[in-house]
Amino acid sequence: MKYQVNEKGYYGEFGGAWIPEMMFTNVDELKRRYLEIIESDSFRKEFDQLLKDYVGRPSPLYYASRLSEHYGSKIYLKREDLNHTGSHKLNNTIGQILLAQQLGKTRIIAETGAGQHGVATATVCALKGIKCIVYMGALDVSRQAPNVKKMKMLGAEVIPVHSGNKTLKDATNEAMRDWINNPEDTHYIIGSVVGPHPYPDMVARFQSVISAEMKKQLLEQTGSEFPTRILACVGGGSNAAGAFYHYLDDEQVELIGVEAAGKGIATDETAATLAVGSPGVLHSSRTMLMQNNDGQITEPYSISAGLDYPGIGPLHAHLFKTGRAKFLAATDEEVLKAVLLLTQKEGIIPALESAHALAALDKIKMNPDDVNVINLSGSGNKDMETYLNYFGY
Amino acid sequence: MPFSDPTADGPTIQRTSEIALKNGMSIKVLFDQLKTIRESVSIPLVLMGYLNPVYQYGVEKFCQKCNEIGIDGTILPDLPLDEFEAEYKTIFEQNNLHNILLITPQTSEARIRQIDAVSKGFIYMVSSSSTTGAGKKVEDFHADYFERIQHMNLKNPRLIGFGISDNATFTNACKYASGAIIGSAFVSSFSEELEIADSVAQFVKNMLIPN
Ligand SMILES: Cc1ncc(COP(=O)(O)O)c(C=O)c1O
Repeated sequence: MKYQVNEKGYYGEFGGAWIPEMMFTNVDELKRRYLEIIESDSFRKEFDQLLKDYVGRPSPLYYASRLSEHYGSKIYLKREDLNHTGSHKLNNTIGQILLAQQLGKTRIIAETGAGQHGVATATVCALKGIKCIVYMGALDVSRQAPNVKKMKMLGAEVIPVHSGNKTLKDATNEAMRDWINNPEDTHYIIGSVVGPHPYPDMVARFQSVISAEMKKQLLEQTGSEFPTRILACVGGGSNAAGAFYHYLDDEQVELIGVEAAGKGIATDETAATLAVGSPGVLHSSRTMLMQNNDGQITEPYSISAGLDYPGIGPLHAHLFKTGRAKFLAATDEEVLKAVLLLTQKEGIIPALESAHALAALDKIKMNPDDVNVINLSGSGNKDMETYLNYFGY
Repeated sequence: MPFSDPTADGPTIQRTSEIALKNGMSIKVLFDQLKTIRESVSIPLVLMGYLNPVYQYGVEKFCQKCNEIGIDGTILPDLPLDEFEAEYKTIFEQNNLHNILLITPQTSEARIRQIDAVSKGFIYMVSSSSTTGAGKKVEDFHADYFERIQHMNLKNPRLIGFGISDNATFTNACKYASGAIIGSAFVSSFSEELEIADSVAQFVKNMLIPN
């Protein structure tokens, strides 16, 4: 239990609820009720049923034999890319839409970067017939165009955000402003393990199905629940939190998060928060941030819209600080190489975000008998335009 | 005290914050500018901004500096009651600095009492749950909420803010509280053409005289 949130909403020194008073009533209601609701039998029953019949879980754990041969070590892929809507994001939005219904909310807002969380939110809102508004940075609207069209087709309203860098941070600011202006009927479905307590814990719990399944599947396939290591990409950190969750106290399992180095952590164009950041308060959480000496948040950069964020969830800040998890960073170029390698070795086109975890395989030492699990958080469908431009097919 | 990510603010203060940051504004620069302010200004002074720049400056160092200069209080919307009490209350008190807390129409009576007990200076009463600069009309204000709070007999005076932009909204707020806070309308009154002292004088005059 060393790495679980405490009753005040902290992971060690990180977390809390640094919210403006205008958000207090909503956040406090969530804090008081989320555990009771999500642990109730009726909630579990509907959640599990939807994960199975609607999302298509359990997602396969796939032994990637040609990739394993290439690296000289055993590599398994947790196939979150095969979920409905193409990523792990739906695990969380299913949980939160059921919670929002229990709370009697009639209007849903969300922020999105790559558009995967936006699509996952628009999807559950269609499923439940609830009004949906998605904030998306104007730059991301143009670089993730297919997802914007999908959200609209699903009946959501997509609002482009023109402030700041026009990416995920700015979309999050605008979603928070919407919630402040709509204090009664609205639930904010945050897409990662970020934001005020209880969001980081709540989202981690919804995503923890990933490691729960992994334990069973590894036992079946390898004879042991415990891999040598687990690798996952980290933007806000929800897919990594889900993949690590049930292994946090099993210290023999090495946990590796991979951030987006962008053009390199020594350049100004990076999104590797833990590599270059320091503690601070953003989006209602005390966590590690990219900022200048005056405490102004600096603009992140990554080729992958889903990792283009100057913060990280407080759980990961804590895992970093305590050394429980190791964090690496992969550059755009390394990531694109990893995309092509997986595509041509295994016939799986990964999302740009997920390929950060794959790229880290070149950065670690692996023994032939090691069991390495990569959380393949999403499919490359949304990134085809980027791939076609870069690879020139 | 401008911040790159003012989540409680509407477009006007977002834009002015951006301009201020481009002009090189920072807490260090601000403290330099305020060094001798008490030689000429005797009214209470409150600094408004977000927590992160203060956090990077160092909360204790910030409070000491405020005390040295003679600043009376701060309004930091992302430093709410609970985190303030747990971490910073003592440092603020040691430096005679009041951290002004907000209440909204959704704030429960019990929490308002708690905020009143911790507060010194005044309570910032948000006219309705919104971001700043929402351009309200008098009809948009909730008289029932203003009256409910008025009848609570709080120990602290209340100032009403958010959406106070002209004489009508200002006068209305003053009916229910000890005064009003004007942010967005004030910063949008600056212009390239007028000297700042003149534009401030003009702005205050317009606010006080029915039009
Ligand atoms: C496929 C995929 N993986 C990962 C992420 C990053 O989010 P997180 O770090 O919360 O898993 C995103 C975000 O959009 C995504 O679409």
